[in-house]
Amino acid sequence: MNYPLISLEMAVVALGLGLLLLELWAPAAVRARLGYAAAVGLGFVLLFSVVHFSGPDAGGVAFGGMFVQDGLALYFKRLLLIAAIVVQLMSVDYASRLRGGVAEYHALQLFALAGMMCAASANDFSVLFVSVELITVTFYVLVGFQRNRLASLEAGIKYLILGALASAFLVFGIALVFGTTGHLDFAGVLAETRARPGEPLLQAGLLLVLLGLAFKLAAVPMQIWAPDVYQGAPTPTTAFLAIGSKAAGVVLLLRVLFVAVPELAQAWHRLLIGLAMASILYGNLCAIPQRNLKRLLGYSSIAHAGYLLVGVAAMSSSGQAAVLFYLGAYLFTVLAAFGVITVVFQQFETEDIAALAGLHRRSPLLAWALALAMVSLAGIPPLAGFFGKFLLFRAAIEAGSSDPAYYWLVGVAIFGVVVSLYYYLGVVRAIFWSEPESAPPLAAISRPLRWALGLCMAAMVLLGVAPGWLLAACQRAVVPLQAYLGAGG
Amino acid sequence: MSLLVFIVVLPLLTALVQLAVPGQYRVLHRALPLMATFVTAGLSVLLFLRFDPELEGYQHLGVIPGLGADVAGLQIRARLGVDGVNVGLILMGALVAFAAACTTWEIREREKEFHVLLLLMTGGILGAFASLDLFFFYFFHELALIPTFILIGVWGRGPERSYAAFKMTLYLSLGALVLLAGLIVLYVQAGAQTFDLETITLRLRQEPLSPAAQHGIFPLLLVGFGVLASLWPFHTWAAPGYAAAPSAAAMLHAGVLKKFGLYGLIRIALPMLPDAADPWLKVLAALCLGNLLWCGWVAMRQRDLNLLLGNSSVAHMGFVFLGIASLSVIGVTGAVVVMVAHGFVAALGFGLTGHLYQQTRTLDMRQLGGLAKQVPFLGTALVMALLAGCGLPGFANFVGEVMVLFGALESYLSWTVLACWAGLVIGGVYMIRAIRNTLHGPLPERWQALVDASAWRRVPFVVLLSALLFFGVWPRSLTDRIAPAVAEMVAPASDPRAGEAMLPGAGDGPVAEARERFAAHWLPAGLHTR
Repeated sequence: MNYPLISLEMAVVALGLGLLLLELWAPAAVRARLGYAAAVGLGFVLLFSVVHFSGPDAGGVAFGGMFVQDGLALYFKRLLLIAAIVVQLMSVDYASRLRGGVAEYHALQLFALAGMMCAASANDFSVLFVSVELITVTFYVLVGFQRNRLASLEAGIKYLILGALASAFLVFGIALVFGTTGHLDFAGVLAETRARPGEPLLQAGLLLVLLGLAFKLAAVPMQIWAPDVYQGAPTPTTAFLAIGSKAAGVVLLLRVLFVAVPELAQAWHRLLIGLAMASILYGNLCAIPQRNLKRLLGYSSIAHAGYLLVGVAAMSSSGQAAVLFYLGAYLFTVLAAFGVITVVFQQFETEDIAALAGLHRRSPLLAWALALAMVSLAGIPPLAGFFGKFLLFRAAIEAGSSDPAYYWLVGVAIFGVVVSLYYYLGVVRAIFWSEPESAPPLAAISRPLRWALGLCMAAMVLLGVAPGWLLAACQRAVVPLQAYLGAGG
Repeated sequence: MSLLVFIVVLPLLTALVQLAVPGQYRVLHRALPLMATFVTAGLSVLLFLRFDPELEGYQHLGVIPGLGADVAGLQIRARLGVDGVNVGLILMGALVAFAAACTTWEIREREKEFHVLLLLMTGGILGAFASLDLFFFYFFHELALIPTFILIGVWGRGPERSYAAFKMTLYLSLGALVLLAGLIVLYVQAGAQTFDLETITLRLRQEPLSPAAQHGIFPLLLVGFGVLASLWPFHTWAAPGYAAAPSAAAMLHAGVLKKFGLYGLIRIALPMLPDAADPWLKVLAALCLGNLLWCGWVAMRQRDLNLLLGNSSVAHMGFVFLGIASLSVIGVTGAVVVMVAHGFVAALGFGLTGHLYQQTRTLDMRQLGGLAKQVPFLGTALVMALLAGCGLPGFANFVGEVMVLFGALESYLSWTVLACWAGLVIGGVYMIRAIRNTLHGPLPERWQALVDASAWRRVPFVVLLSALLFFGVWPRSLTDRIAPAVAEMVAPASDPRAGEAMLPGAGDGPVAEARERFAAHWLPAGLHTR
């Protein structure tokens, strides 16, 4: 046993339990600010992950190979911790709109975070399932947390039903994999599939697992929940869902495809290309007529799942590194967007894009943060989103020499970017030159959230103009995935 | 650090500084960009003078520190440098940027944002022309895209400005993304693991791509650059966009940014894909007739002076395309001269109409008339701009257009050249009509209160006009710098053609003789034979 390896997850869970305990004794005024304590605590965990798990021999495996702490896991854990910190700050600003216990809201987010961090280290189908369920079940509650708002409850029910369906797919798929190979650990499945390639039941099982993970990613064909849930859930939940749930889905997808069944992944590259194309087209085309900003971001998140799949489908280390970079860029961009939404729409019942009119006059900071986020999501230089898309295109074009279908994929992706530019620029237009009908004064934005927004903006620009250091980190992080891919040829 | 790095970085840094200055210091927000562009223009004049045409390769090399990524398998650096082709374009871009910054007195609200965006646009434009790295070549060009969108949307004119801003931005980003795909394919196929333009060019000279790969990449670049440079039939974004833009944005975009597509064809497509150039440039030669004739015809039908200028600027791109398609030293050199000259003319035209619009609030030519009497300086400048636009000798446009025609005569059937000549005639018709309708004739009563430009507001127009006249009467200051660089770039692509039989009318006879005499006059010794 190698317990120190799970110290990060344990620390996060302990932090969550601590919050729940604190709520018992803390006076009401302090209770509203528990999120700051959580954010500071997560900051220390992040710091610890950098200090303690650095250097080449920091990682290892625990629990008989079920749990692996490698560069890939650490990259995702740090990403998730950063996201969780900003989401905590957002939640404090959002707290006035929550009727339920605020501490519970923070604590549940931390438990979901622990699930995501476990997912980053999953090296076994049982850990995969447990961490996915930990994420999904906590999100059922987080999505429906505004019990007084019908939309939030509706979103919670939709997420529950579709999530249960996806879990059923996942567990059935895992059963088939276990039934055919007799293994739950990725290494065992790898050995067994190499010994007996082309087993149809195993393929069916893996397809079902893929479907279950596509739900986490919000990729076609499991994308149907995203717009409703994004719209109805409390904004911090939506932000955490957009980045955390997606990141967890991506890391699990990468591990299953490239560690457990690398040969099958190669054979399935056209399936992945097809899913990527379908997600990009569905997300972008459906986003055009949207009037609700959160709903629009829900559709755009489907499109971004498609872009992430482009890198996965490329079946190369440069594609995987591009996926990691893209997620890093997406993290800051989405957090900035939802941070602004948290503040701007405080007085509104719905998140109507028209309500953004005249925002540049009311608050230049929020206006520029949202505008930068939209431009970065669209992928225009000099922002982070552009470099992510650039890397993805490069990976797909490199793969094009093996299969011309990749060129079609790039063509569809370019079409998607142009379409997305139309609706993202619609938001920019609303911010800068639409005339407001009525402009209620903005709610005050708390100082920590202001700093977080500034940090996100700086990160978007920095990752756009000087992306070298993060890209190098991504390249190091995907090294663990290469051993199997290379051996599979 | 190289002079060039300062030229590109100064506007961008000034924009950052301005972001930190609160919006109520209006004077500062006007003065800072003016100073930054003035210094940039001064530095680029210095760069132009210091440029040594005798040296081979790139000069004034420099790297903007901190930008890009240098990791395994992917080297991206913001490396800058000039050769004969872009040194003139950078000079033109910096002068136009200064002129544009001089016209921003018309902006009366949200000065801070306007000037920050304008400086971002300026830095992006200059960076795009100075970059010797395929990634930053694209990056800097796209840096100007969103600022243009916001500039048109917020400070633009007319009820259609939102539509025009969207159309322009979406069209241009489609073109740019096609271009990006082409550039990445080029990078992957070259296999040099770097985006450095010089390294890739060298590598491709030693190991050219297979003809199939070249024929796959060239159309991507042609369409991508074609959209950016408003090649017919991808030009429809241009005229409405310019008509809706505030003068400074129209000056920079129509004058400088649009030349990026043309510059890219010369800098990247010709030297890197020589085998595909020959057949695809024939396509380009056919499409450029669309620019010259169709867009010229459209320009003739315009009632709005700005739409006329916008369409005529699209039509003039036809000459540049034709020059590039001729694949001869004299033709491509002429194309670069037209690019520089048209940059000044377009900026001058949009600057003047913008100035008029501030007082008249309309540019409908049916309502204007007789303005030359009322506003003599503006009127004279506008006459000069319009006449320069139709190729009057004495202005730089004439030199470029004549060189393009001679270059084209050598490579293409005479009917193509005849059609282009017809394009010149069309240009003459609408330009002279515009002069008659706006400047001559009786002065309507409602314009009798118009006032001429004050001394200070004449500065941008004087700068642009003097540049036009300077290069018009002493074009060798440009061609001596351009031609050697062009010769090197055109050589690989025009080689296969050298062995072919000359086309009728180009081998000998009076035309060839005239061309020889002409080339001997305009080009440095040793280059005018091919």
